[in-house]
Amino acid sequence: MLEHDVLVVGAGLAGMRAAIAASSRGANTAILSKVHPVRSHSNAAQGGINAALSDRGDAWEDHAYDTIKGSDFLGDQDAIEVMCKAAGQSLIDMEHFGVTFSRDEEGRLGTRAFGGQRRQRTFFVGDFTGQALLHVMFEQLLKSGVRSYEEWFVTSLIIEDGIVAGVMALEIRSGEIFAIRAKTVIFATGGCGRVFEPSTNALIVTGDGMALTYNAGASLMDMEMIQYHPTTLAGSGVLLSEAARGEGAYLLNKDGDRFMKVYAPNMLELASRDVVSRSEQTEINEGRGIDGCVLLDLRHLGENVIMEKLWQIRELGMDLVGKDMIKEPIPIRPGMHYIMGGIKTDIDGLTNIPRVYAAGECANVSVHGGNRLGANSLLDTIVFGERSGNHAAEAVKHIKYVDFDEQAKIKEEKARIQSILDRPQNGDRVSKLRLDMGTSMNDNIAVYRDEEGIKKTVNDLKDMKVRYQDVPVDSKGKIFNTDLIFHLELGFMLDVAETIAAGALERKESRGAQSRTDYPDRDDENWLKHILVTQGEDGPQLSTSEVSITQWEPVERTY
Amino acid sequence: MNVTIKVKRFDADAEKPESYWEEFTTEVADNATVLDALIQVREDQDGTLSLRCSCRSAICGSCAMRINGQGGLACKTPAVDAVIDGTITVEPAGNMPVIKDLVTNFDGFWDKINQVTPYLQPQGPEPEAEYIASNESMLHLSGVTACIMCGSCVSDCTVLEVDPTFLGPAALAKAYRFTADPRDGDEDGVSLDRLKDLGQKSGMWDCTRCMACVTACPKGVDPMDRIMALREQAMDAGLTNNNGARHAEAFVELVGHSGSLDELKLPVKTVGIFNVPALLSYVPVGIRSLRRGKLPSLFHKKIEGVENVRRLVKKLEK
Repeated sequence: MLEHDVLVVGAGLAGMRAAIAASSRGANTAILSKVHPVRSHSNAAQGGINAALSDRGDAWEDHAYDTIKGSDFLGDQDAIEVMCKAAGQSLIDMEHFGVTFSRDEEGRLGTRAFGGQRRQRTFFVGDFTGQALLHVMFEQLLKSGVRSYEEWFVTSLIIEDGIVAGVMALEIRSGEIFAIRAKTVIFATGGCGRVFEPSTNALIVTGDGMALTYNAGASLMDMEMIQYHPTTLAGSGVLLSEAARGEGAYLLNKDGDRFMKVYAPNMLELASRDVVSRSEQTEINEGRGIDGCVLLDLRHLGENVIMEKLWQIRELGMDLVGKDMIKEPIPIRPGMHYIMGGIKTDIDGLTNIPRVYAAGECANVSVHGGNRLGANSLLDTIVFGERSGNHAAEAVKHIKYVDFDEQAKIKEEKARIQSILDRPQNGDRVSKLRLDMGTSMNDNIAVYRDEEGIKKTVNDLKDMKVRYQDVPVDSKGKIFNTDLIFHLELGFMLDVAETIAAGALERKESRGAQSRTDYPDRDDENWLKHILVTQGEDGPQLSTSEVSITQWEPVERTY
Repeated sequence: MNVTIKVKRFDADAEKPESYWEEFTTEVADNATVLDALIQVREDQDGTLSLRCSCRSAICGSCAMRINGQGGLACKTPAVDAVIDGTITVEPAGNMPVIKDLVTNFDGFWDKINQVTPYLQPQGPEPEAEYIASNESMLHLSGVTACIMCGSCVSDCTVLEVDPTFLGPAALAKAYRFTADPRDGDEDGVSLDRLKDLGQKSGMWDCTRCMACVTACPKGVDPMDRIMALREQAMDAGLTNNNGARHAEAFVELVGHSGSLDELKLPVKTVGIFNVPALLSYVPVGIRSLRRGKLPSLFHKKIEGVENVRRLVKKLEK
C-alpha cells in the first residue's frame, strides 16, 4: 500500500512549503495535487509579499497592527504576531531559494506600496510575484526529492475507529482508485472561489480540502468573510493587481472624480480592500458608474513604469477586453477574490481533528480576520505551510499508522464513484447547477448583504443539494475523466457554500468584508468573536469562539 | 458571435483508440477567448471533451494546444482572431503523447526540466540577508522566469520533432535562468558546470534557430534567444572544444575569409580534420547531395568586395 508519514494534499505555495519542511526533518513525505504543482493557483497572486525588515527601519509590530486593523480586529493577534515575526526570515529564505525579487538602487530588495499599510513593505517580482514564488518553490520541491502524486484527486478521508488513517484518491490519468495510508494529512488545497460566479479564482479553486475536513468533523471558521477585490475585469472577473494602485493608479467614477477621497481621505485608493470595494459599489449603486463598473486609470504612471512593473496586467487588459492601459482607463468592479475564512487551525496548522493539518487559504489561523491585506496571503502560505510541515514531521515520530482493510475501502469508493457514472440523464447538468450556485452566492453574499438575500441563497442551496443527488455526468470513461472530477468538486462546493451562507446570516453586524445593510455597524459587544461552523444532522451547526487579543484593543477603523 | 470549433479528439478508453475530428458550434461573447469557446462546448454540449485549463489569465500554463496549427495558450487567444474560413481548429500540443483529447503527457517535458538541475546552486557562503544584485539583472531574469512551463515552445520545436532527446526550448531557457543569475555558480556568477553539461549532445548546440519557439511562446520568454545567450556564455567561459563552438567559430572564420560560407570546409572544421569517424558519417549526406546536384563546388571562390565583409567581421570581433 502507498504509505507516508506526512501526506500533503494540494501543491501550491503552502503545500509545497509544508512538504519541503516535513521532508527536511526526515519524515517520509509525499505531496498530492489534482493539478501539476506549477499549475496551482498561488500563481495568480500578482502584487507581492509583505514583510517588515528590521534592517530597513520597519518593525514587525507595525506590520502586525496594520494587519489587525485591516482584519477589522477579527484576526487572532497571537497568530498575527507569529506571522509578522516570521515574515522577514521567510522572505529571505525565498530570495536565497532563487526568487528574482525587484531591487533598489543599492541592489537590496525593493518595495512597493500596498493597501492598508502605513509604509512600504511589499516585496515583489513585477506583477507576477505569486508565479515567481511558486516556480521557485517547485524547484525546491524537486531538489527535496519528495514524492509527488500529480493529477491525483482526493475523494474522501479514511477514518478508522474515529481516527484519520489516510485518504482515498483517484489517479486522474488512469481513473484508478487508491488508498493512501498516512500518519498525518496536511490540507493545503487553497480557497473556494468557484463557489461564486464570477470570481477571480482559477477553475480548480473549489474548496476541496474545506469540504473534506468539514465532512470529517472539522470546524470551519468565519466563512462569511469573503474578500471582494476592488479591481477585477467585468465579464470574466479576471484580477488586475492591487500593484496598479500601489504604483499610483487612480480610481475614477463616470464624472472622472477620484471618488476615494470621499471614503478614505488619507489612504485614498490604498485603503484596505473591503473599504475600496464598498466605495466602488456605492458609486455604482448611486449611478456614478459606467455599465456596472468604475475606471482604473494608469495613464499618468507612464509607459516605463507600466512596462517594467505592470506588464502582465497590461497584457491581460489587451487580451481580454481589448484595452491598452498605457493609453486608456480600464473598466473594473469589485469581484469575489479570496476567503478569509477556512478550516480552523492553531498556530501550527493543527485542526480540531487529530492528525489533520491545514495551511494556506483553506485554513483560518486566523491572521486575516474580517479582511485580508493585499500581499499577506503569500506570506500566510509560506509561514504556516512551513510550521505545519515542521509540526507534522515531529508529531509522526510519536504516532503509529492506523490499519484498515485496503481492498474493502477501494471497493466501497469505486462503488460510490460508479453510482455517479451510472446516473441516467435527467436534463440537468453539473455546469448548470454550478452556475446557479455561483450566481445565487454572488447576488446575495455580495459586497453588501442583508437577511432577505442571504436567506434566499440558503434556500437556493438546499434545493441545489437535492438536485446534486441526481445530476448526471456525460463522460463514463476512466482515462482523464474531467467530467467526473467536476461533479465531485461541485459536491464539495455546495457543502462549502452552505457554510458561507450560514455564517453570513449568523453574523448580525458589519465588520470587514461582511457589510450587512440591515446591521450597518460593527458590534464589538456581541460580535467580536469567531463564528464556527460544523456539520450537523440537518446542515451547518453554528457556535462562536473568542478572538485572541494580545496588545491591541479594537478601535474605530478609518483610512 | 457564433463560432465553429473543430477539435482533434482522442478517446483512450475506446477499444481501438484513434484520433478523429469533431466540430462544434457555439455562441460566445465578442471578446471570448478560444478557451471560453472550448469550455462552453464542454459545459453545454459534450462533457466528455477533456482539456486542461484553470486560471483563464495566462499564468497557470495549463491550456497550451495547437490553435490552427500553431502552439499557444487557448486562454490568451481571442476567438475572433482565430477564426479561419469560419472555423477555429484546435489540436493537442505537439511533441508529446496524447492522453485524451487535448490533454497531453508532460512526463518527458518534466524529465528534461529535471535534467538541467533546476534550482539555484550558489557556490559561496550564503549571506545572512539577501544577496546583493542589480535590479537590471533581476529584471532580465524575470523575463525568463516569466516562463509558465506551458509547453507551447516544446509543442512547436522542429528539432524535437526529429530528435526527441533534444533538451528543448523550455528546459534550456530554464537552464539559462540559472546560468545568467549572478547568485548561481562561482563568486563571479559563472556557472561553469552547468555550461559544460548543457554543451553536451542534445543540449544548447542542437538548436537550429528556426524561431518556432519564439513564435509560440505566449509569455515573451523567447527561448531561442536564451539558447543563443547560453552559447555565448559557454564560449566566453572558454568551452570551445565541442562541435557547436567549433561550428560557430568556423562559420565566422570562413565567412571572414571568403565573404560567403564554404559549405565543404564547415563540417570538417566543426568535427576536426582528424576525427575520421565523424567525417565518414558525412559521406552518405555527401552522396545524396551529389545525386540531387546540391553538392557545393569543390573550389570555393571569394565574393566580390570581400574586403568589406572582412572589415565587418573585424569590427564585430572588437
